[in-house]
Amino acid sequence: MARMLPKKDVVIMGLGWTGSILGEQLTAAGLNVVALERGPWRDTATDFNIGYMQDELRYAIRKDLFLSPAVEAMTMRNNASQTALPMRDYGSFLPGNGVGGAGVHWNGHTWRFWEYDFRIKSHITERYGAAKLKNLMLQDWGPSWAEIEPHFDKFEYLCGVSGRAGNLKGQIQPGGNPFESPRSREYPNPPMRMPYASTLFAEKMTGLGFHPFPLPSSNMSRAYTNPLGVRMGECSYCGFCERFACGNYSKSSPQTTVLPVLMRRPNFELRTECEVLKVNLTPDGKMAKSVTYTDQNGVEFEQPGDLVVLCGYGLMNVRMMLLSRIGQQYDPATAKGTIGRNYCYQTSAGARLLFDDKHFNPFIGSGALGMTIDDFQGDGFDHSKLDFVGGAGISCSVTNGRPISNRPTAPGTPRWGAKWKQATKEGYQNAMGFGSQGSSYPVRENYLDLDPTYKDRHGRPLLRITFDFPDNDVAMSHYLSDQLEKMVKPFNAKYSGVGRLKKGWDSVPYQSTHNTGGAIMGLDPSTSAVNKYLQSWDVPNVFVVGASAFAHNAGMNPTGTVGALAYWAADAITSKYIKSPGALVHT
Amino acid sequence: MRKFLLAAALTLFSSAGYAADIEAGKYQAVLGDCRGCHGKDLSGGVALMTPFGKLVTPNITPDKGTGIGNYSAEDFRQAMKAGIAPGGKLLYPAMPYPSYARMPDADITALWDYLKTVKPVKKPVDVNQLHFPFNLRFMMRGWNILFFSPAPYADTAGKSAAWNRGAYLVNGPGHCAACHTPKNFFGADKGAALTGASLQGWYAPDLTGDKQAGLGSWSANDIVEYLGTGRNAHSIASGPMAEAVENSTAQMTASDLNAIAVYLKDLPASRGNGGGATGVEAQLRAGRSLYDINCAACHGRDGKGSVLFPALAGNANVRQVRADTVVRMVLAGGQAVATPKAPTGPGMPSLGWKLSNSQAADILTYVRNTWGNSAPAISAETVGRIRSELHSGS
Repeated sequence: MARMLPKKDVVIMGLGWTGSILGEQLTAAGLNVVALERGPWRDTATDFNIGYMQDELRYAIRKDLFLSPAVEAMTMRNNASQTALPMRDYGSFLPGNGVGGAGVHWNGHTWRFWEYDFRIKSHITERYGAAKLKNLMLQDWGPSWAEIEPHFDKFEYLCGVSGRAGNLKGQIQPGGNPFESPRSREYPNPPMRMPYASTLFAEKMTGLGFHPFPLPSSNMSRAYTNPLGVRMGECSYCGFCERFACGNYSKSSPQTTVLPVLMRRPNFELRTECEVLKVNLTPDGKMAKSVTYTDQNGVEFEQPGDLVVLCGYGLMNVRMMLLSRIGQQYDPATAKGTIGRNYCYQTSAGARLLFDDKHFNPFIGSGALGMTIDDFQGDGFDHSKLDFVGGAGISCSVTNGRPISNRPTAPGTPRWGAKWKQATKEGYQNAMGFGSQGSSYPVRENYLDLDPTYKDRHGRPLLRITFDFPDNDVAMSHYLSDQLEKMVKPFNAKYSGVGRLKKGWDSVPYQSTHNTGGAIMGLDPSTSAVNKYLQSWDVPNVFVVGASAFAHNAGMNPTGTVGALAYWAADAITSKYIKSPGALVHT
Repeated sequence: MRKFLLAAALTLFSSAGYAADIEAGKYQAVLGDCRGCHGKDLSGGVALMTPFGKLVTPNITPDKGTGIGNYSAEDFRQAMKAGIAPGGKLLYPAMPYPSYARMPDADITALWDYLKTVKPVKKPVDVNQLHFPFNLRFMMRGWNILFFSPAPYADTAGKSAAWNRGAYLVNGPGHCAACHTPKNFFGADKGAALTGASLQGWYAPDLTGDKQAGLGSWSANDIVEYLGTGRNAHSIASGPMAEAVENSTAQMTASDLNAIAVYLKDLPASRGNGGGATGVEAQLRAGRSLYDINCAACHGRDGKGSVLFPALAGNANVRQVRADTVVRMVLAGGQAVATPKAPTGPGMPSLGWKLSNSQAADILTYVRNTWGNSAPAISAETVGRIRSELHSGS
């Protein structure tokens, strides 16, 4: 029997970006909050020592900071006719582990999804007619741009995002992204200083008539004090960002922006190495009463709470809802049920270029350092003559020149030996690349459920991912690859190559950790798991916060939108739910 | 949830008059930094490493068996102001009764009233772990005759009220001299007050008006900001001072911090740190290159730091006559204090595993003699000595 603990106002599962933001906002409103985090405590001074953080083997190759499949694995298959098998190692995506979650090792790309994304079905129907949607399960998210924009702003100021506004209250700004939706004010920090490859890319793109701008970065272009009084240092462009924690306090993470304040709050308590097993519901299944968790010694506890907020990685939020029977499992045969629905990923392609006479100095790198064009993003371009919807941002970003993984060579180079060594020596200073990061739109066949065969160390079924790139997204990506082919021409490189997406998602090579959906927000309880405030339609004292709420994925990194949704949900709880607990949306 | 909020509010505001007295006593505990030595819950057990051996601080919660629950108000006053516990037991001056003796009885009474309201903790502490013969308490009788002349604080005529309040806080309850004034063979203050002293592997810096080693280049506002937040444009508190800031100065009122600043800014300059290094061009050259590689990412190539990281230019800590603190920071690292006004508390990584003694010496000699800093060179031998002290845990 689990040991019963004294009740708290709020129980949060997971202390990454969303758990930290919810914890901060709800404790500020006077609530008594406990966060249960499966992984260890981690802090910059004690765990991300600048003296040894630049250990590529430990962090980038052996993935020291990531979730181990021994703790939680997932199974995958491309379609329902296959039998899913467990991923024995995380490859295609890398979930985080411990306090800070993926917010520790992310790159810092901090985008806002567009107004278009929040009302995507209405927009496409209005512009092209309903037939354009074909078999896509696109639907509106719920909040209007006016409702959600202030929460993007809050997250950007929390993080100290370095960037340049492209659309200030409807006025297009030179040097920024002219396609972005209107923002209420400028970014808190100026853009990062650009490396040569990105500058060259911007020059060529301008020549082609496109609109390059510095990509919004949660790496600090200068020292910064955020609205909570937490301070960050200027990025040193060390090139150890993605897959690493920042030892310089220069990349926004829960540790560098929220936790120094949250951990001091007397009404906040964190329990690390405590894994939530399930959310316990009342006998009628209409309210959550507690969560059961196990500590590192395997002792089970039951933690009652008035409110339960699921703040795990998106995929884990979905699994927790399924394990706890919150809402009904989505069934692709009938398209009924809401949990597991609209699972999406990311659809990417890249261009590589090799020169003989350049000095790109790739060791000058950072997580989110580069120039982007959004001329082929979302519905920023006319799709009326195209056989797909959606699009991609195209970025030339410079993340690193690390010795193990950054060994660019021309095709046909031997994979080892003296010739390979010579080629990597020449390639190091002479290679650059840019790529498209494309939207991923939902289809009936892509979904999440519980695996019928494979279980975790606690005997609970693993999450099963059924996913392949939908025809719409493949068409989109091929169109983008065609554009990349045109874009590499003016560089006059010695060698250039453009990748083309193939059907058959492979979970082994790294692609993107931007898994979205499965517990999506929306206006209709028959097609969404949570309402527009991220409150469960079925169990109203459960909020589910994260990319699990995305009804589709855009051609942008998701964290900015995840942060905005966290503030949006927190605002709904503090300004509406506390005053009148219960469903916030009635249908 | 509402019920919870309401209950908390009721607890806070019932019997407001009594609460105000307790608050006054609580503030005395802040001024006296009781928690610095007796721990957050005041139950003691904190080891103080003294040149005479280990002293472990006693439990001062009102627990009857293991704390001071059996004390009378007079017993407490005697302990605070005369260094005598019930039964005539003589306290060691690690308990700064020579400073507390300057406090008026009313403040001692308020503090006592507050301590009676603290949650009792049952925790026996073996206080006296000093080496022979220092473990013999009766010896303190002689010490008291030689070095202890109790007297309440008396205002100095011709000085402002703020200056006098500052002098009282610094020399009375704040007991700054306990760390910052050099000690003689017997552990008693000697020589010029607040000119800096070694303790527990750190060097408590000179607080006088000297431009290099002291606070001569700080404004009064710099001092207020430092004590109130743990940091300012010149420096950031770590080590024992981090605890003093967290438990004491960051909770002081603005007017008390200002009074301390007024008093400290009026202290005459000490004899300084002995002047800048000479004839060490090779060390400076090597140090500069090592600094740019290992240190500049945070502290800046110009040594100016940022809103987060301390400046090294103009940082009195790096210019002390003794190198204990700076060498320790480079070899072992440290963490700055985190306060409500500056909550980050950045860490200095340990670099001892990658820097040799001579490399650390070169970096520090460069830092101590660049950007307007001027202090004696540090030798590889000094770094080696401190490295072995750190290894032996002393």
